[in-house]
Amino acid sequence: MTVLVIAEHDNASIKGATLNAVSAAGQLGGDVHVLVAGQNAGAAAQAAAQIAGVAKVLHADGASLAHGLAENVAAQVLELAGGYGHLVFAATASGKNVAPRVAARLDVAQLSEITKIISADTFERPIYAGNAIATVQSADTVKVITVRGTAFDAAPATGGSAAVEAVAAVGDAGSSAFVGNELAKSERPELTAAKVIVSGGRALGSAEKFNEVITPLADKLGAAIGASRAAVDAGYAPNDLQVGQTGKIVAPQLYVAVGISGAIQHLAGMKDSKVIVAINKDPEAPIFAVADYGLEADLFTAVPALTQAV
Amino acid sequence: MKILVPVKRVVDYNVKVRVKADGTGVDIANVKMSMNPFDEIAVEEAVRLKEKGAATEVIAVSCGVAQCQETLRTALAIGADRAIHVETDAELQPLAVAKLLAALVGKEAPGLVILGKQAIDDDANQTGQMLAALLDRPQATFASKVEVAGDKAQVTREIDGGLETVAVSLPAIVTTDLRLNEPRYVTLPNIMKAKKKPLEKVTPADLGVDVAPRLKTLKVSEPAGRQAGIKVADVAALVDKLKNEAKVI
Repeated sequence: MTVLVIAEHDNASIKGATLNAVSAAGQLGGDVHVLVAGQNAGAAAQAAAQIAGVAKVLHADGASLAHGLAENVAAQVLELAGGYGHLVFAATASGKNVAPRVAARLDVAQLSEITKIISADTFERPIYAGNAIATVQSADTVKVITVRGTAFDAAPATGGSAAVEAVAAVGDAGSSAFVGNELAKSERPELTAAKVIVSGGRALGSAEKFNEVITPLADKLGAAIGASRAAVDAGYAPNDLQVGQTGKIVAPQLYVAVGISGAIQHLAGMKDSKVIVAINKDPEAPIFAVADYGLEADLFTAVPALTQAV
Repeated sequence: MKILVPVKRVVDYNVKVRVKADGTGVDIANVKMSMNPFDEIAVEEAVRLKEKGAATEVIAVSCGVAQCQETLRTALAIGADRAIHVETDAELQPLAVAKLLAALVGKEAPGLVILGKQAIDDDANQTGQMLAALLDRPQATFASKVEVAGDKAQVTREIDGGLETVAVSLPAIVTTDLRLNEPRYVTLPNIMKAKKKPLEKVTPADLGVDVAPRLKTLKVSEPAGRQAGIKVADVAALVDKLKNEAKVI
């Protein structure tokens, strides 16, 4: 059966998480098609056609799809869903928003945040903040899946030459409207795609200190900045930096946890990192149990020293 | 306007669950159970909307075993007016819960349904969106701000890279993110009052919903462990290890 991957994009380019979803889709057997639903999204559709392993790109273009509203994007996917055995989304804010809507309309279960494909109907997915891994089998005719990006290598963004087929865009459902957005503008790598992440916790004590201590080290390492839920709750860092069960799931080459005690919910979001460094003055902090290198020290002296030394 | 708030009874978020030796699931015998934290935020938001005069009644719903009534009493203590318990011992998956809730929405006709964005046990993040789809109503997921004005709600959503604001026509489904509010502490007088609030019991059969699971769990296993590494003496030693041993900088 053919697999349809729903691309995440900004109308101009394809978001990185889509590449991981394409690579997961490739493991399901069968051709991989990609849907680019947007407005004036020709460039994104062309980019999707370049992804290695993609056999065909469906490009739906219309005003109803301009802002990725769940009601309209789900309707668009449902319009095209016939004939596909798997509908695959990246487990991003946007994928998580739309996929269950599609699954419910098809009267099928959804498989959330799969981390491994055992066969075309059997998957592994983490439960309880990653403290257990469930192997689940779906008997539904169509499998609606969201893919945890860190668990699958990104498909090469170039090397493919799929045909782009225009499909009619759905009309506007009319029940929801985009009002506006505030997107953080940053020169830093995206958190979920970064090779190095410097993350700060509650021990930093204030938003000023968070910025003063974490930012220079991140700059020096070319790293993305992350934060624990405690730091976000305390207002030291914005929510989109949150790493953990309820925030972003990351797996960089190097994760530096500064003043983070290591609550289960935080570990769930970063324990697949290749190398973990923990800097904390509490020798009993649970973060040390997962850290490759632990430095028991006062972060306010250790981190500036580390920034100097790297 | 009524607000319906579904709440789920889950293993308390401070408990580190253990996988059962036979691989059939996680051991939840004798562990502390609580209301799913995101649902607590949902109840708080509904109660605040009532306090502001945007809603007239808050109805809490929980689907599952008899002990879900404890979770409903917590919702009533936060300030919900009455509760509905959809009682079943069957395993409930998100699609089944969404169908049960859709049936209750049919009976109660709430202007808003506010749910947690995900439960911290199965981490599915599906029920709200599925409910919206079954009802063919708009959704505003991962909310960090909700304002109701007339027949619309304006909701600020936490998305990758920042915030997005959408306007949805009521009735609508909202799912909560962490920063929406900080739930109040439940006081003893309110716990006592909650015991006297009405709690109605129904079954999936009463609602005409087939809750048979669609996904079969073949096994549950421990995640690949991560060995603790070493402690380094100082910053210089750390830099040396990162450069020469791990080779990541």
